[in-house]
Amino acid sequence: MSAEESGPAGSAALSGWEGRKGPADDNFVQLLSPAGERLSNPEYDSWIEDLSDQDLLGYYEDMVVVRRIDTEATALQRQGQLALWAPLLGQEAAQIGSARALQPADFVFPSYRENGVAYVRGIDLVNSLRIWRGNTHGGWDPYEFNMATPQIIIGAQTLHATGYAMGVVNDGADSAVITYFGDGASSQGDVNEAMVFAASFQAPVVFFCQNNHWAISEPVGLQAHQAIADRAPGFGIPSMRVDGNDVLAVLAATRIALDRARNGGGPSFIEAVTYRMGPHTTADDPTRYRDANELEDWAAKDPITRLGALLDAKGLLTEEAKAAVQAKADQVAKDLRANTISLPEPEALQVFDNVYSEPHSALERQREHYQHYLAGFGPAENTAAEGAHR
Amino acid sequence: MSQLTFGRAINAGLRKAMERDAKVVLMGEDIGKLGGVFRITDGLQKDFGAHRVIDTPLAESGIMGTAVGLAFRGYRPVVEIQFDGFIYPAFDQIVAQVAKLHYRTQGKVKMPITIRVPFGGGIGSPEHHSESPEAYFTHTSGLRVVSVSNPQDAYIMIQQAIASDDPVLYFEPKRRYHTKGEVDESIDLSTAPALGSARVVSSGSDVTLVAYGPLVATANDVALAAADEGISVEVIDLRSLSPIDFPPIEASVRKTGRLVVAHEASQTGGLGAELAASITERCFNYLEAAPVRVTGFDVPYPPSKLEKHHVPDLDRILDGIDRAMGRPNSLSGLTGQEGSSQS
Repeated sequence: MSAEESGPAGSAALSGWEGRKGPADDNFVQLLSPAGERLSNPEYDSWIEDLSDQDLLGYYEDMVVVRRIDTEATALQRQGQLALWAPLLGQEAAQIGSARALQPADFVFPSYRENGVAYVRGIDLVNSLRIWRGNTHGGWDPYEFNMATPQIIIGAQTLHATGYAMGVVNDGADSAVITYFGDGASSQGDVNEAMVFAASFQAPVVFFCQNNHWAISEPVGLQAHQAIADRAPGFGIPSMRVDGNDVLAVLAATRIALDRARNGGGPSFIEAVTYRMGPHTTADDPTRYRDANELEDWAAKDPITRLGALLDAKGLLTEEAKAAVQAKADQVAKDLRANTISLPEPEALQVFDNVYSEPHSALERQREHYQHYLAGFGPAENTAAEGAHR
Repeated sequence: MSQLTFGRAINAGLRKAMERDAKVVLMGEDIGKLGGVFRITDGLQKDFGAHRVIDTPLAESGIMGTAVGLAFRGYRPVVEIQFDGFIYPAFDQIVAQVAKLHYRTQGKVKMPITIRVPFGGGIGSPEHHSESPEAYFTHTSGLRVVSVSNPQDAYIMIQQAIASDDPVLYFEPKRRYHTKGEVDESIDLSTAPALGSARVVSSGSDVTLVAYGPLVATANDVALAAADEGISVEVIDLRSLSPIDFPPIEASVRKTGRLVVAHEASQTGGLGAELAASITERCFNYLEAAPVRVTGFDVPYPPSKLEKHHVPDLDRILDGIDRAMGRPNSLSGLTGQEGSSQS
């Protein structure tokens, strides 16, 4: 018997994991082919039949703008203006399609990559860049946009979404909750516990998994032996697997899930099969862990190109329209750059703010002592963190 | 005034908080029909409904994480961790989410979550049922940590914890659940001592003995026994472990010149270390001896047949008092120990 035949305990089986591709990438719902052809699907078509040409152009513009934001933020990071950036390059359709399905009263619990969703929620992305610049952990008021601030602990937000949705049920409110996470997060206990709770309490929450194929350097095959969407039914949660680079399929699936949530149907799970074209963050180097051919394959499935092709075929993407979209994207990027670079340095004593809602004597003492210490450097340096060096 | 056991006092406090505010919801394993494994929530689901007394799946991170979501939506969840050693699966949600969301969102999102933890040993339980994990949480900014030592405090402090806009870990000394005491249920929250305040339980002049939770009763016994030997012990119930209410302890140590701290948790990095260091900083010129810690050992909580050796008892604390007083003690004659640096 060869080592390979000796079963999971054999070393050959272990080494085999490295090259695992994971579940098939084309077993999903697709309404728009990579070439931009509109594909018919009786179950899903009715959920997007209301879309006007303007809507389609709008999604195109959204995707171009968020890609442009990515380019600008990456440049800002390379120029030392941001400490880090987590690009969504390649995942524009997954984010824009799902976010455009939401109502204002719905609540979003994101991970740290949902800049496209934040853009759709009306959040000025300088508030996201503030986080990556190191000025704040948050960036915006969650209640103003019905979107929580980025979550860095992988999968933790899926429980928050579920708890929030349990509250929605208790309140008898007519809204739904969506939570975003990646293929890597699907391995976390919290995501699985969230599905248990969501099913048990029939919480109106949509689990939106962006399977972008890579958890930093770990391929999806290390997380999943079969489609991630297949897990949810085991928890009693219906699931859909859609082409995550197809903005129409994503929109339709999310509308279905949100409709179910709002009508007492409980949770749903969506796996959007997409691909992270860039690095996990600006700190890693994907050439170390992935094949250039894989990137090429996915470039041919680009979400913007394919919607562009559909619009082109409809005669909607005129040179004028294209230029208008590009001008908007460039303006957003220009403003983003200017507003990011001009962000004021946070004041030193802000480090003590908002740790507690109510006075905490130990912290108050430390604040008082540090204030006294800073005062020793004179008024000019009193508020600047660098004034503390000696 | 009524005579209530510790457990009934917490139950009465929970009931009062739920009557006062419809946003208060209880969550935990077995807390509904069963009333919790210690029956602390007995009868509450029957009276308030399953949507306010929520029997959860058996998943501590799930309980804590969904409580975060409920708090996000304006609820005031009270989470029951069934036993101290079961809090670790929820550790991330507590220290990375519950503790930090207010800071992370610049104060926009409040986390008024109360986390009830039956803690400590002395009931002959198997592994994971007798631990004292409080120091993990006092080390985490954003959390308040309290421990109750008598039914009256238990009744008031659970209501104060729930009313607080900050997250509060509420450590209940499980081996005292059946201890009875006077409870005045008419006390108004606004006139009760603040949640963060320590309490001088009995006054004395020779040595200050600080304890909390289950060891406050032991400390009272120590004070009586020491008095028989002519030593006057001032007992302070810490009540709040974060923040620590230092002024009454400082005042006491300035009077006595000596500090002994007793807790069941392991010694290294424990509350005793914090108290010894802080009181030394604040009262150095008044100290006549190095502060003494009498604590559990730096070992995993031992099997129940051995726990009597681990948990500080009357004799070990008296020995600590002898060390602080410079009297002959168990460490006398040990080279380099000067009779005071070991528990």
